[in-house]
Amino acid sequence: MLKDEDRIFQNLYNDSGADIESAKLRNDWNGTKEILEKGREWIINEVKSSELRGRGGAGFPTGLKWSFAPKEVGSRPHYLVINADESEPGTCKDRDILRFEPHKLIEGCLIASYAVNAHKCYIYIRGEYFNEGQKLQTAIDEAYKNNLIGKNSLNSGWDLDIYIHYGAGAYICGEETALLESLEGKKGQPRLKPPFPALIGLYGCPTIINNVETVAAVPTILRRGAKWFSSLGRPKNTGTKIYCISGNVNNPCNVEEEMGIPLKELIETHAGGVVGGWDNLKAVIPGGSSMPMLPKEICDNIKMDFDACVENKTGLGTAGIVVINNDQDIIKCMARIARFYKHESCGQCTPCREGSGWMWRMLERMAAGEATPDEVDMLFDVTKQIEGHTICAFGEGSSWPVQGLIRHFKDEILERNKFDPVVKKQKNIPYLVDQHLLEKENA
Amino acid sequence: MSIKKIHKDQPKTFEFNEKSMLAANKIVSNYPDGKQQSAVMALLYIAQRQNDNWIPLTAMKYIAKFLDMPYIKVYEVATFYSMYNLSPVGKYFFQVCTTTPCMLRGAYDLVKVCKKKISEKENELSADGKISWMEVECLGACVNAPMMQVNQDYYEDLNDKKLEEIIDKIYQNKTPKSGSYTGRINAEPVNNRKTLLGNKNA
Repeated sequence: MLKDEDRIFQNLYNDSGADIESAKLRNDWNGTKEILEKGREWIINEVKSSELRGRGGAGFPTGLKWSFAPKEVGSRPHYLVINADESEPGTCKDRDILRFEPHKLIEGCLIASYAVNAHKCYIYIRGEYFNEGQKLQTAIDEAYKNNLIGKNSLNSGWDLDIYIHYGAGAYICGEETALLESLEGKKGQPRLKPPFPALIGLYGCPTIINNVETVAAVPTILRRGAKWFSSLGRPKNTGTKIYCISGNVNNPCNVEEEMGIPLKELIETHAGGVVGGWDNLKAVIPGGSSMPMLPKEICDNIKMDFDACVENKTGLGTAGIVVINNDQDIIKCMARIARFYKHESCGQCTPCREGSGWMWRMLERMAAGEATPDEVDMLFDVTKQIEGHTICAFGEGSSWPVQGLIRHFKDEILERNKFDPVVKKQKNIPYLVDQHLLEKENA
Repeated sequence: MSIKKIHKDQPKTFEFNEKSMLAANKIVSNYPDGKQQSAVMALLYIAQRQNDNWIPLTAMKYIAKFLDMPYIKVYEVATFYSMYNLSPVGKYFFQVCTTTPCMLRGAYDLVKVCKKKISEKENELSADGKISWMEVECLGACVNAPMMQVNQDYYEDLNDKKLEEIIDKIYQNKTPKSGSYTGRINAEPVNNRKTLLGNKNA
């Protein structure tokens, strides 16, 4: 288990309060000016050598992303955008950072905006997190008052303004280009990439977009050094991560742990084990609903980091761990996730708009045992035709969970769905019966 | 994408009141000159709060003029995002999350209670016109499942009995407290906390 002093988010459970005095006691805003004085190059290199990877799902190296921002500000201003549109089912880590560690986020914003030459920072919070947004706004006001941000923040000569922008209940706005569209006051429909936002982003200006957890971790990394951060976990998968453990466990919780902690240890130690014991485990979704599920055999040994998950044909994603035990109907669970994607598709690309509803209806039938065995392969084929044929990664996000289900639980689906469309046996399901054959039999 | 029905009885006029106007002008100033369109989402929300939690078409036209943008663009935004109500909802608007993590912990029991105690169908007002409810997708509090949102507040760690109590309280004109209903603190593991104990006891 990770030592308490190595945890970045000391106030994850709000033991000591989120206001600026308490935050300073936790070492926030300590030596921030000195960090800024070391210069852009140093900050980016330090973040690079800490091997911090984005915590929003894709796991892109943060230092590398920052280095994509143009070195000199040209005719267009630079922007920093913080993605707090946390909507991935199974994930609720950013909410606790916004509520209880807002000063880590604001300090991170100052450092990041300095590193990428931005004077304006927008924090895009999902609309449902209204109360969380209010708490963050209080913290921003405190920071302005103490000259931590604003004109000549910390007397470092750097100007920074932070604004909150509320979303309004669209999952897709967590995709970075859809978020930019939404920030510009349009429908949240993703843009084609390239051009990447680092060069052409918000209002056509260079824009760096980072997840809340990523940015909030940066000040601590710079204070304690990249070496400390990279000593946790293993190479390319360094540091700590907030895991959200939900579903059929005895004590669902958020907990910050070292990267690469075994899944079993995580569930047994922190979440009080699976309901009904470890043997009652059916499957685990390791990284929010978009990531393919893992059956118990893999869960026994898998380590929770980016590369270990990829080796097992899934992904760490946002580390929203959803535990499903044997009391649940696994096909129904996936059908519900498919319904989520059907509801949240932005409607821009045909494979996703039509396919997500298609997958949902098919899975509902499979859950009810009304499908034919052939249709399982057909469903898999459909997922393959959505994946990679859409503008954004929503296509993958909606088809991967279905693929995960078929990959690991095909036998179970087949066992339930023995429906034979040949007329003789089942006349009462008209949409599957060749009507002319029916008539022949009746004749 | 969600389907949204425009309400049949639309008010003839809409204008921001003083409070809304102040808030709207402040939000517009957050964005660079000429990019006032960015404020459309916030303005729609302000209009919704002013107008008993729903947005009439006249409000969209008003906002379009306010921000100097085409009406259809405002309409597009209002129909795209699911948090804008285009027809009236109850004074207490229950949004019950039923996505998988909540479903695993019994979200459909909550739906049953809503059907029994509020209205048989989603988006219909209760008998006294105070409450309406709907199923929504993930609200981002999965660790505290099952949960729901009433207006702006989260009600977490619920079960059917606790939800019945909440509804009864509202019928009795009391405001039920928000937050967790098992008495746990935020997202910590109940009775099983092994981390940051120094802070807890400090």
